[in-house]
Amino acid sequence: MEVNMERRNMICIACPLGCRIEVFKNENESGFSVTGNQCKRGKDYGVKEMTNPTRLLTTTVKLRNSYLKRLPVRTDLPIPKEMIASCMSEINRIEVCAPLKAGVVLIRNILNTGVNVITSRSISAKS
Amino acid sequence: MQAEYDIVVIGAGPAGLAAAIEAKKNGIESVLLVDRDRELGGILQQCIHNGFGLHYFKEELTGPEYAERFINELETLRIEYKLETMVIDLTKDRVVTMVNSKDGLLTVKAKAIVLAMGCRERTRGALNIPGTRPAGIFTAGTAQRFVNMEGYMPGKRVVILGSGDIGLIMARRMTLEGAKVLAVVELLPFSSGLTRNIVQCLEDFEIPLYLSHTITNIKGNHRLEGVCMAKVDDNRQPIEGTEIFIECDTLLLSVGLIPENELSKSADIEIDAKTGGPIVSESMETSTDGIFACGNVVHVHDLADYVTLEAQRAGRSAAKYVKESFNHKKPVICVKPGQGIRYVVPHFVNFDNLEGNLELFMRVDNVYKEKNLIVKLDDEILANVNKKRLVPGEIEHIKINAKKIHNKAVSCITVEVQRERA
Repeated sequence: MEVNMERRNMICIACPLGCRIEVFKNENESGFSVTGNQCKRGKDYGVKEMTNPTRLLTTTVKLRNSYLKRLPVRTDLPIPKEMIASCMSEINRIEVCAPLKAGVVLIRNILNTGVNVITSRSISAKS
Repeated sequence: MQAEYDIVVIGAGPAGLAAAIEAKKNGIESVLLVDRDRELGGILQQCIHNGFGLHYFKEELTGPEYAERFINELETLRIEYKLETMVIDLTKDRVVTMVNSKDGLLTVKAKAIVLAMGCRERTRGALNIPGTRPAGIFTAGTAQRFVNMEGYMPGKRVVILGSGDIGLIMARRMTLEGAKVLAVVELLPFSSGLTRNIVQCLEDFEIPLYLSHTITNIKGNHRLEGVCMAKVDDNRQPIEGTEIFIECDTLLLSVGLIPENELSKSADIEIDAKTGGPIVSESMETSTDGIFACGNVVHVHDLADYVTLEAQRAGRSAAKYVKESFNHKKPVICVKPGQGIRYVVPHFVNFDNLEGNLELFMRVDNVYKEKNLIVKLDDEILANVNKKRLVPGEIEHIKINAKKIHNKAVSCITVEVQRERA
């Protein structure tokens, strides 16, 4: 896909409002100007999409000793967009055992991103 | 067995949890929350993606994390709940009949009821798609539960019919889990999902979205072998000669949600044909005294955060009702959808019960650009809000200061999309 690095129209996904924003290159500190955003996060998102697009990754891992077979997990910070597939392969290698609390680190610093993979719910053991 | 409670809340998803908590916080000691699932949280537990809580908690959570905040609060407040318990009947005198394997058949008399049963997905049967009936056809929400909780993968080559949010979320989810999503097919010329989901679920993964297209045939004997997709005209009819065959083993349907109101009907509650949910007041009271409703059982919301806020209003009102400080005096003002508006919630306003602001929630009937939403009190304009873009997939919300409405002999509030200038 051809990507225009000077000026792009995009939809901010920082929250469900989905503001239509325009990002274009200029001489200021961040290197870009953003218009159409309704909050500061829209500006940050626009600049980030041009420089280093990132996404929060949510998925599940294999779970033992529970009434559920899968436990939801997520990255505690967004990871670079192009690393989604490689992070999925890493996460798919692990298996956990109930009981567990929400927010427990399962993988520290996944693929040297500085981001951890954490549990995103508490789960009790099979009774 | 017969029991008595001040408030019974039916359904323990985001609406039921928030309503029960709010009722307790408003001084009601005897609250019972009932759910048919084996755990609290409802559908939030299968919505493992992020995007919850941005409005309510000002931080971004996944569905299970959002649910857990409320579940923890419910436990701290020591609110009684019953799981794996199915409510099978509700009367207008607020007698709830429920059944589970421990208590058997149980009858509960309540001073007030909060309905929070949520909604169900529309299925293939509701669409009448021609073809065979092979395995491999699921509603998107069922597939979501299989993948995210039960550990089953529905298939490898997937077509999704309907671009509602669950369909979009599942397009990404199936892709992450190694399936190939070949197409998301939408009958309308626009998606009914949130714009951010088009971006982060389809565009990020280069999944094609076919607008103004539909599935015209389903093929396969034991397992699904493929579907026919065709373009549709302005009347949503398939155009001859545009049909193509897509080989796939799985078809996911994300074609709308229907509020689940069998119990409401058994209690003689009046239903709005447009929303499929009860007609409600500003306090979320239904047409039956002492029975309140909130969340997707009333109308399908875009965001769980808004469900929470609405449910808190219902919980507070139910508490007020039990404490007998609730005013049933007529007259009431009716609220009506005008031009360009599909529905407005609430449906009527009893201004004696109005606190602070009147909040109106509405959906438009089409895509509009650079239009004003106008709220009128009979002929007087109460609010006139400019909107860059109005789409049926996103609920609009207008707040009106209650002082503007009080003590006026008025009959009707209407909301409309500004007309074209002649």
